[in-house]
Amino acid sequence: MKEQLSSIQQKALEEIKVASDIKTVDDLKVRLLGKKGELTAILKQMGKLSAEERPVIGQLANDVRQCIENDIARKKEQLKSLETERKLKKETLDVTLPGKRFEQGRRHPLNIVLEDLKEIFKGMGYSVVDGPEVEETKYVFDMLNTDEGHPARDPQDTFYITDNILLRTQTSSVQIRTMLKNKPPIAIISPGRVYRSDAVDATHSPIFHQCEGLVIDKGITFGDLKGTLEMFAKRLYGNDVKVRFRPHHFPYTEPSAEMDLQCFKCGGKGCPLCKGEGWIEMLGSGVVHPQVLINCGIDPEEYSGFAFGIGLERIAMMRFEIDDMRLFYENDIRFLKQF
Amino acid sequence: MDLSMKWLNDYVKADMPIKEFVAGMTMSGSKVETYRDLSEPLKNIVVGKVVSIEKHADSEKLWICQLDIGKDQPVQIVTAAQNLYVGAVVPVVLDGGVCIDRHNNSVMKIKKGKLRGVESCGMMCSFDELGLENGDFPYASPDGILIFNEDAEFDKFKIGSDIVKVLGLDDICVEFEITNNRPDCLSVLGLAREAHATFGISFNYDPPKFKGIDCDISKELSVTVENDRLCSRYMAAKVKNIKIGPSPRWMSERLRASGVRSINNLVDITNFVMLEYGHPMHAFDSRFVKGNKIVVRSAEDGEVLKLLDETAPELRLSSDMLVICNEKEPMALAGVMGGENSGIKEDTSEVIFEAACFDGVNVRRTAKKAGVRTESSSRFEKGLDPENAKNALYRALELVELLGCGEVVNSVIDVYPRVKEPFSLKLDYKWINQALGAQISEEEQISVLKRLDFKVDETTKMVTPPAVRIDIERPCDLAEEVARIYGYNNIATTVPRLSSQSMQTPAELFRKKLVGIMLSQGCCETMTFSFISPRGYERCRIEEKQRESVKIINPLGEDTSVMRTTLIPSMMELAARNINARNLSGRFFEIGRVYKPVGGAETLPLESDVLICTVYGEDEDFFTTKGIAEEIMDKCGVEARFTALRSDKTFHTGRCAEITAGGRVLGVCGEIHPMVTENYGVGKNRIYMLILKIDELLESSCPEIKYTALPRFPASVRDLSLVCDDDVSNGEIEELISSRAKHLESIRLFDMYTGEQIPDGKKSLSYKLTFRKQDGTLTDEESDRIVGKVIDALAEKGITLRA
Repeated sequence: MKEQLSSIQQKALEEIKVASDIKTVDDLKVRLLGKKGELTAILKQMGKLSAEERPVIGQLANDVRQCIENDIARKKEQLKSLETERKLKKETLDVTLPGKRFEQGRRHPLNIVLEDLKEIFKGMGYSVVDGPEVEETKYVFDMLNTDEGHPARDPQDTFYITDNILLRTQTSSVQIRTMLKNKPPIAIISPGRVYRSDAVDATHSPIFHQCEGLVIDKGITFGDLKGTLEMFAKRLYGNDVKVRFRPHHFPYTEPSAEMDLQCFKCGGKGCPLCKGEGWIEMLGSGVVHPQVLINCGIDPEEYSGFAFGIGLERIAMMRFEIDDMRLFYENDIRFLKQF
Repeated sequence: MDLSMKWLNDYVKADMPIKEFVAGMTMSGSKVETYRDLSEPLKNIVVGKVVSIEKHADSEKLWICQLDIGKDQPVQIVTAAQNLYVGAVVPVVLDGGVCIDRHNNSVMKIKKGKLRGVESCGMMCSFDELGLENGDFPYASPDGILIFNEDAEFDKFKIGSDIVKVLGLDDICVEFEITNNRPDCLSVLGLAREAHATFGISFNYDPPKFKGIDCDISKELSVTVENDRLCSRYMAAKVKNIKIGPSPRWMSERLRASGVRSINNLVDITNFVMLEYGHPMHAFDSRFVKGNKIVVRSAEDGEVLKLLDETAPELRLSSDMLVICNEKEPMALAGVMGGENSGIKEDTSEVIFEAACFDGVNVRRTAKKAGVRTESSSRFEKGLDPENAKNALYRALELVELLGCGEVVNSVIDVYPRVKEPFSLKLDYKWINQALGAQISEEEQISVLKRLDFKVDETTKMVTPPAVRIDIERPCDLAEEVARIYGYNNIATTVPRLSSQSMQTPAELFRKKLVGIMLSQGCCETMTFSFISPRGYERCRIEEKQRESVKIINPLGEDTSVMRTTLIPSMMELAARNINARNLSGRFFEIGRVYKPVGGAETLPLESDVLICTVYGEDEDFFTTKGIAEEIMDKCGVEARFTALRSDKTFHTGRCAEITAGGRVLGVCGEIHPMVTENYGVGKNRIYMLILKIDELLESSCPEIKYTALPRFPASVRDLSLVCDDDVSNGEIEELISSRAKHLESIRLFDMYTGEQIPDGKKSLSYKLTFRKQDGTLTDEESDRIVGKVIDALAEKGITLRA
């Protein structure tokens, strides 16, 4: 019987070895180890053996069974992985074919910039305030120290609806409305559309966007203005950015300042972008003129504040390196999809 | 303001490197736009003298010249110029030198070479090639070599000397952008004062003086100022025995460096004084001051004046203009420009100088109305100091004597009814520090102010700004003066701890949400102009009552003349532009403002925001915009209804739906009417739009989301294929089914069919109905019963099961 067993084992192992698919292996398993299988048939003859031989042969038979089972299992594993491999090979794709995508829309570049500005100032405690674009002259000019006869009021620069109503030339009108309505402390930004009578070209548009800001509280200083705007520039352009403040003039602030940004293209050495100056003009600002506070019923002895105005087009043009302002309003989809 | 550095150095010693000067001035408030070295690009050009001329053996036109350039050996130059002679003193560009090629607008480098076999070691040049003009050398031939021998200051042209120095081109022109509040800085003296304060360099200024000849001017001239509101001071002086001629080189060179052309000595004096003192002047030929009378009065409507500028047409005056007249007619438009008649002529022998102070606003309006803006008017319109008129007049008289071009009458007329009192205010250094957030000592503040020529009384701390500083009115103005000279960037930065809280309004949050939804639907955000052409309403077939718009009195053009009441025209233009640019498809949206007139013209219009979405392209149809609308409604928690709308003329009568919620109209969606697309020249395209009123939508929306429990019992699903008349809408059928079907969880149309097997005039619709009970499993029998009732109800309306 020993010989029989070892011959079964040997034959079985050979057959398993040459089997080429799972079905053959499964059939083999039934033929060898099944209830009617060869090994079972041999084991049925165990009764004929002597008491001494029985455990030896039994042990041997079990070993043979174990060996065949293991081999079958291993073979099956092997075949399965081969089969999977074959299947996957058949399913191979050209991964350079275009992907399936559901295209999302894009925000307008000016609003991308505006959202950034809003986030920065909201983080600093400012609220966003809206106001009318068709506005009364008194809120745009008179209360902002821009008296009758001031060149800014000229019909050549400003769109008028009537003598007393115009398209706002700055969103400062919203600041006036806010000061008239609310008591200090005030910290607001007023983003929005403004209008000036400029014909459309690469650097001018009769409609453009501003984001103005106003802070009124006790003890607000020019140093606070500088610190706030410097922090704003750092949040927008990163901590390495360098700014400088330069004296300027606005009728509604005193002292007034323009903030320049060190040219990010040349690092201040001078290049075509900064027209060789090393600095790029970024925004106008100043300490709110006491007369403006008085006009709005705020006591300049008790309160002070600062204001600033940022042109969105300018920031967006610098950031995205857009050289023609008209692109913002032409809304060509090839332009819009770039952002 | 173009500043000649040489001129500036007459008053201050600003000899630092130009970059340092420019940076310093910019940072103290006089912003430099740019600067230009006037010697650029000239190089290696000297004064030479022709010592011999001989004909070139090989050429009819060429001459061989030997030139003395102050060296041991003369240089040989071959030239084609025909105006040379022995003894002619000329500019010589030597080997390696550079001059200007005017014709090609480029630089010309001169190299030693041979002309028809004869060596030529340089080039003699014309004024063109030096970058100069005929006006600089009236005696020069325009197409020959520039010969200096006739120059009034010929002795300055020393042989061998550098031409740049001889012609005064060793100068730098600095272009300043001066803010409106500082007309005093539109002058050499003003900028010298600023340079003095900025750099702490000494400032040398002596008030102008003149000797004059004894004569009582009041016997020869009378001045009457009728309108002293518009003319606060009028000074007049007389110069006799005038000799009109060219100005000396130093004067014309300074004018040239400042961008002003030299005309003749008298005219140049008025321009020179304006640039130096910042106060415009005028000169009348006294022959035209008829009756020896000057009257400053408002013009009479209809009076005419021919201005000095030959391009200006005869000007019809109006009563809001101020004119300077002789005994009967206007001679000048006050502060703007003189008249043609009364100007300086070649044969002028007696001149009246005017130095006056006119009202800025009036000058600006007059200049605008007359259509002439001059150096004079642009200074007056900013508001000038009447005190400075006297300095300017005296300087002009000083210059007349210096140039020796006439005899100055030693008395002047001065009509100055309300003499300007010196203005003072108290310096409160603590207040200034408080406003700036700085610690600048009182001594330092006083020293800054003194450098700016302010007078400071050390005991009373009263500060008197110079009279020209009309911008100084309040303590905050002093704070700015201190801050800008101390240095804005030397003031410490601080960040205020705000006691306010950032607030977001529901309206702001809602807009943000809408933008997110629109982006998720593949729509790109646009920005269109808020003013449109009134014809846009016609083109878009907008109903009459929506065409009433806020009108701009002074628009750029008709195309941008009314404030829009709808975004449709803007969007149609945008779509047409994209289609014409061959962009095959597009999805766009904008949250834009519309302006609705309410009440009268003096009432502000009602401004509200509208969401508009525009789509076009092969894969788009009515249901794109409807789908987007549904997505919005779903995300905003609005139960919206879409009902067919046939009355809106902008839209396709059969493809337009009104969107309502609880009886409130939220908007509309649909296909644009073919006549509208035709009006925009894109009639072959189908364009779809969705328009929603944001305020109404916000009011209908339900911001709070409440969770619904997930179902615990299985659903029962039934398909129903129905046949009905063509004109029965899906909406009607769904409504009917919903009203009859108990336990109906959802209803979904999954097929719509017309054609074979369906009779003409009928259509087939197939629905998947899902039923579910909340408290148990729905049995088949129950489901069948419900469906049976639905079928009965449908049958009553003539809707049958498809066989």
